[in-house]
Amino acid sequence: MESFPTIKNILLLDSEGKRVAVKYYSDDWPTLDAKLSFEKSIFSKTMKTNARTEAEITMFDDYIVVYKFVQDLHFFVTGGSEENELILASVLQGFYDAIGLLLRNSVDKRTALENLDLILLCIDEIVDGGIILETDGSAIAGKVASNGIDGGASLSEQVIPSLGNLIFASWFYLYRLFVLRVIHVHKTTQFPHCRPSVKRWPQRGSTLQDLS
Amino acid sequence: MAQPLVKKDDDRDDEADYSPFLGIEKGAVLQEARVFNDPQLDPRRCSQVITKLLYLLNQGETFTKVEATEVFFAVTKLFQSKDTGLRRMVYLMIKELSPSADEVIIVTSSLMKDMNSKTDMYRANAIRVLCRITDGTLLTQIERYLKQAIVDKNPVVASAALVSGVHILQTNPEIVKRWSNEVQEAVQSRAALVQFHALALLHQIRQNDRLAVSKLVTSLTRGTVRSPLAQCLLIRYTSQVIRESSQNPQTGDRPFYDYLEACLRHKAEMVIFEAARAITELSGVTSRELTPAITVLQLFLSSSKPVLRFAAVRTLNKVAMTHPLAVTNCNIDMESLISDQNRSIATLAITTLLKTGNESSVDRLMKQITNFMSDIADEFKIVVVEAIRSLCLKFPLKYRSLMNFLSNILREEGGFEYKKAIVDSIVILIRDIPDAKESGLFHLCEFIEDCEFTYLSTQILHFLGNEGPKTSDPSKYIRYIYNRVILENPTVRASAVSTLAKFGALVDALKRVD
Repeated sequence: MESFPTIKNILLLDSEGKRVAVKYYSDDWPTLDAKLSFEKSIFSKTMKTNARTEAEITMFDDYIVVYKFVQDLHFFVTGGSEENELILASVLQGFYDAIGLLLRNSVDKRTALENLDLILLCIDEIVDGGIILETDGSAIAGKVASNGIDGGASLSEQVIPSLGNLIFASWFYLYRLFVLRVIHVHKTTQFPHCRPSVKRWPQRGSTLQDLS
Repeated sequence: MAQPLVKKDDDRDDEADYSPFLGIEKGAVLQEARVFNDPQLDPRRCSQVITKLLYLLNQGETFTKVEATEVFFAVTKLFQSKDTGLRRMVYLMIKELSPSADEVIIVTSSLMKDMNSKTDMYRANAIRVLCRITDGTLLTQIERYLKQAIVDKNPVVASAALVSGVHILQTNPEIVKRWSNEVQEAVQSRAALVQFHALALLHQIRQNDRLAVSKLVTSLTRGTVRSPLAQCLLIRYTSQVIRESSQNPQTGDRPFYDYLEACLRHKAEMVIFEAARAITELSGVTSRELTPAITVLQLFLSSSKPVLRFAAVRTLNKVAMTHPLAVTNCNIDMESLISDQNRSIATLAITTLLKTGNESSVDRLMKQITNFMSDIADEFKIVVVEAIRSLCLKFPLKYRSLMNFLSNILREEGGFEYKKAIVDSIVILIRDIPDAKESGLFHLCEFIEDCEFTYLSTQILHFLGNEGPKTSDPSKYIRYIYNRVILENPTVRASAVSTLAKFGALVDALKRVD
């Protein structure tokens, strides 16, 4: 029997209990039906609770499940009944934080599905075959989003913007959104041949300098 | 190239069931996968197709053997692209497809190339993929690279190799055992999680060698442990060593007890909890040894985090089974948990109090529980009922209030399993507490007047038939049984008739029915 902590599954369900992204690491649910039945049970058992501020926990069928809800997404991490509940909670927190970083705090089902590749890579970087790889949200997000994990700058510095950068970026974005648009629109009304081009938020791989 | 950070539309009016995968269909996506064969690969497009395939698999769709093989072969073509984002998706896809041995050969050389790549991300992930899909023969070929990877400067690469080692140990232990030196070196790593993974692997390799584990524990408890996870592992291994050594609690402290006790003051909560739990699970643990652990758990009981409260109350619940006196200090905190929002916590608190309560607190406890019962689901109620039963057997003189409580909840709403648990409890109390017999039988009689479950009615009637005749005044029960003969469904009526017959056979005084 292993004595290292093992995770049995990580589930991301929507507000109706349907799958957004799931990964099982145990043979306890050998068939698809068994898995779906587990998901249904755990969803209905927890849906009336309020797990939005703090992570909640419950025991179910000899499993410990820690969970957290945000918007229309339900995050679950399952372990065996003898597992250290706080370790499970730290995995949940890492998962939750990483997704928050990767989806730029727009944590809802639609954004998740539109970025499913990120979600799946994220789950892949947290647990490998049941063994915990990483529990720190920014480290996980860094492994997913980075071009490479070569040494030097810390992972979280490479692409995930620091708070200062984020604040600058959001003000700059708002400036572009409102001020420049107004100028553009003014220009186009005066000079109809200048059509305003709608610039989007930075694409993958671009740096903050590319915003212009 | 990095994956898109967020795709945001400028107008995000909510469309209720919008999904980018709306209407997705396996056949169509498999057709799309043909794009992998293009000589001019479009990494963005290919990534999207892989995402769709992964979505299908995630939703429970399955590929036939033929489909899986086709997709696998198509995916292998993608190794030609240098796009790092696409390569990540390829790794993910290969792991999901779980190729068979003859298919694996196709990607082996590409993956081995990646394992030696200058890009750390490739090395780390290629190791993980290879180790997942290969068998023993290939493993000996790549062993050299894995050993190098274990002591790689980059911690993600090292962790990947170590974790893969733990998996491989299940199927090819003799290969992994040759890596002991490298793993030993990795245990000294400055990178926190590398030490954690190395420790896990080293322990797995050596777990059957008691002396080796003991040495490992001794050196690490004196050395530097860099992550809470590694500390938790060490606590578990320490407990194992304590268990296996010949301990003598009478003659001074157990070996390593000091270490466990010191961990109670660690700054990470998971370590504190792991240590507290380990102490409570020491075999033959004394009250003196338990005290610091229980103090710490008591603090957790009033934490704002449900996970901490739950962990603490669950552990104290187990301790209460063997050392109820050690837990009584926590009773006040536990009583406030009865109204906890989290019903699992509340139930555990109640059942713990039922184990640690003394005779004088029983009445007060019963009053609190009465309010509590209406709030919780049947499965929790059953746990509480069983705890009440144990309590009553422990304090037989209190049978009256406990029996009243049981009969009250029997009258309320509830499912079959719940009512059955209550009936079983009353039956056990009747059997084991002679004084409780009369009132118990009486409560059961009242219950069958209004019982919706045929099974329970028949069981109770049968029981009445056995026990009723032995009481001081069997005639009391006749009325109840007779009503069942008239008012119920056939099964119950039959049962009632047999019961009357038993009364008639065993009680001479009743043989003449007027």
